[in-house]
Amino acid sequence: MKLKIFVGLSSALWWSLLPAPAQETGEVELIRKQLQQANDAFQKAIDEHRKIIDALNKRLETIQPAQGRAGVPPPTPVTSAVPPVAAPSPQPQAWSPSQPISLGKAGSAYMNISFDTLLDAGWSTARDPAAQLNLGDHDPNQRGFTLPNAEIALDGAVDPYFKGFANIVLKLDSQNESSIELEEAFLQSSSLPANLQLKAGQFFAAFGRQNPQHPHQWAFVDSPLILARAFGPEGLRNVGGQLSWLMPLPFFSELSLGVFNGEGATAHSFRNPGEAGRVHGRETLDRTPRGPGDLLFTPRWSTSFDLTDQQTLLAGASAAFGPNDTASHATTQIYGADVYWKWKPARAHGGFPFVSWQTEGLYRRFEAGADAAAAPALPRETLRDYGFYSQVLWGFKTRWVAGLRGEYVDGNNGAFDAEDVFRGQRTRLSPDLTWYPSEFSKLRLQYNYDQGKSFGTDHSVWLQVEFLLGAHGAHKF
Amino acid sequence: MIPQQLFNVQSFTIMKNRLSILVLAAVLGISPALYARLNVVVTTPDLAAIAREIGGAHVEITTLARPAEDPHFVDAKPNFIVKLNKADVIIEGGAELEIGWLPALLDQARNSKLAAGAPGHISCNEGIHLLEVPSTLDRSKGDIHAAGNPHYLIDPLNAKIVAAHLADSFCKLDAAACATYQANLKAFTASIDAKLNGWLQALAPFKGQRIVSYHNSWPYFSERFGVKIDLFMEPKPGIPPTPTHLGEVIQTMKSEKIRVIFVEPFLNRRTAETVARNTGAVVLDVSQFPGGVKNTDGGYVQLLDQLVSSLAKALGGQAR
Repeated sequence: MKLKIFVGLSSALWWSLLPAPAQETGEVELIRKQLQQANDAFQKAIDEHRKIIDALNKRLETIQPAQGRAGVPPPTPVTSAVPPVAAPSPQPQAWSPSQPISLGKAGSAYMNISFDTLLDAGWSTARDPAAQLNLGDHDPNQRGFTLPNAEIALDGAVDPYFKGFANIVLKLDSQNESSIELEEAFLQSSSLPANLQLKAGQFFAAFGRQNPQHPHQWAFVDSPLILARAFGPEGLRNVGGQLSWLMPLPFFSELSLGVFNGEGATAHSFRNPGEAGRVHGRETLDRTPRGPGDLLFTPRWSTSFDLTDQQTLLAGASAAFGPNDTASHATTQIYGADVYWKWKPARAHGGFPFVSWQTEGLYRRFEAGADAAAAPALPRETLRDYGFYSQVLWGFKTRWVAGLRGEYVDGNNGAFDAEDVFRGQRTRLSPDLTWYPSEFSKLRLQYNYDQGKSFGTDHSVWLQVEFLLGAHGAHKF
Repeated sequence: MIPQQLFNVQSFTIMKNRLSILVLAAVLGISPALYARLNVVVTTPDLAAIAREIGGAHVEITTLARPAEDPHFVDAKPNFIVKLNKADVIIEGGAELEIGWLPALLDQARNSKLAAGAPGHISCNEGIHLLEVPSTLDRSKGDIHAAGNPHYLIDPLNAKIVAAHLADSFCKLDAAACATYQANLKAFTASIDAKLNGWLQALAPFKGQRIVSYHNSWPYFSERFGVKIDLFMEPKPGIPPTPTHLGEVIQTMKSEKIRVIFVEPFLNRRTAETVARNTGAVVLDVSQFPGGVKNTDGGYVQLLDQLVSSLAKALGGQAR
């Protein structure tokens, strides 16, 4: 307190020495104001000097390793011409390129670490929804409660050349048994020349829009029917590499080619030995690749345009080619087209309101080998499956999203269709409503009207809760 | 004027060749070193305004966020990837302002010039004394920024620090034009210094007066100009207003006779209007981004001019 009075007095003295206009007017009010200002200025100056001293001390500590480097320019002091009157103008702390400023805790971690959990609760007219209705691995799988996805996501810069990503998923099956899977673990180059980018490891193939997305990014509680049919319960992901090229054009246009082993349940339509050693009723051979041509190839092209300042369109075409395990020379081809459109007004707050439309259509040609030993005997035949889903999301109010998804899947007749949950005509209509209490949690209510040739009509209602802990990397558009 | 006869066939062929090389280069996306203009991509319009002042004719500036847009929630549009792919420099505010969208873009940009730590990646928060750095990270307190409040540029003294930072960085990237950058810095600093006194004086009569804001984006302005912008319509940062909380805000406004509510273009003006109707306060449209509200397209100094004068007017109106 005494110091403050002293400061005040000394500043007043200093002020009285200045030919300030206040003296001429002689207004007590003005002098008082100036006294206050001078007082503040002095206080601030002390604070600022303390900061400068701290910064210099810090610099002294960091200067030792920096000394070896030549050509480090000297710090440029920020010159601030101090206005002569009413001058609370502290010297801004000088910034210099050789002086990394520590920001305390922020950004001090080497990677983002997050833990995200999805919990579903609901009921279905189907006794066992997982047997027929919800084939996806992260879909609600039973009446009552399901915990289909608890995911640990890690990402960060490995070094100046690579970024690393990992997704470790834990899930509970209908018997409440935990299982763990290494969903993704890959590195991605950050400094290849010629607009190229390399990805290697275990990762989701860049096929269409939803396949590479993790369940917590989905707009509905379950995966689209056609994706579950073409790519299986877990989506198309495998060990391999991918090279992508950003075309040097004025608009976004990207070509990519993925090459994978194409093996196992996560390559459902390819070299997949199947559950109990069968795929579409056929006993499988555990094929090993005869040559590089027996690997799984996934080319993709995508492009994007800003239709207006507020509307963006992203469209793509994808394919996947590879052998399958039903015969020694059997192959599978999958083709897909996807489109995503989003409107967000210029003055959106927190990302709301918005309207988005997403549609994907897929066609699969699967050469199924003959299996004479099966009962009934299965001929060699080509299974053709196709389908699409189309969904509209309307973020009608901050943190509220209403969605509607319509789906249709069908295929040609196959010899094993009567018992095959992955085939046959099916339609599903799903309205849903999502509320985001914050960016890190959500509550979703969804109704499914399900109609299938093999099971008739079913109704399901699901409530989903999500929470996310920690720092999660930013998502793509 | 070039005489017509100089335009002979030979030079025309050369011209044509050169033109086709240029066209080819443009098609292939190679930026020909015709003039050493730095291709600068800036995340927000306020930083862009200062970068323009410092870079002048030597830089070409592309701004990602639009003036009236919420800088925290810009869509990571694929075309931004193309812009970043071709850029020599990315200027960001840092301090987690763009954390929800810029990292995803940079990951896909395939441009090592913009790598973290490279001279072409400028984080303007470096060298700024950030306010409200949380001592503990706890999301039950709302959407807090671990690095501190990122809306620092609205303090003109921080603008000077950022300007100096940019001039330094531009010098490193384009030594040939360094003198121009430093001269532009001097001019910009002088323009702030010339105005600062006036701004301070315009708001001096209102020292300590409270102002309501939708979001806590004004602590640097408060600190510099002595007004108190510490009552928010959001109960916690990033959490939308609740009726209970608004009731409390209205109560406080009535008892303390608070008469001004700040609303930024991307925030819910209707909520502010409702509160204003209940309290007799004025809703003041303000922006931290040049072009965000009327008469601010001219750049940083004009933005501050508009902000200070409209605030002084609104606060002065209550005395009557």
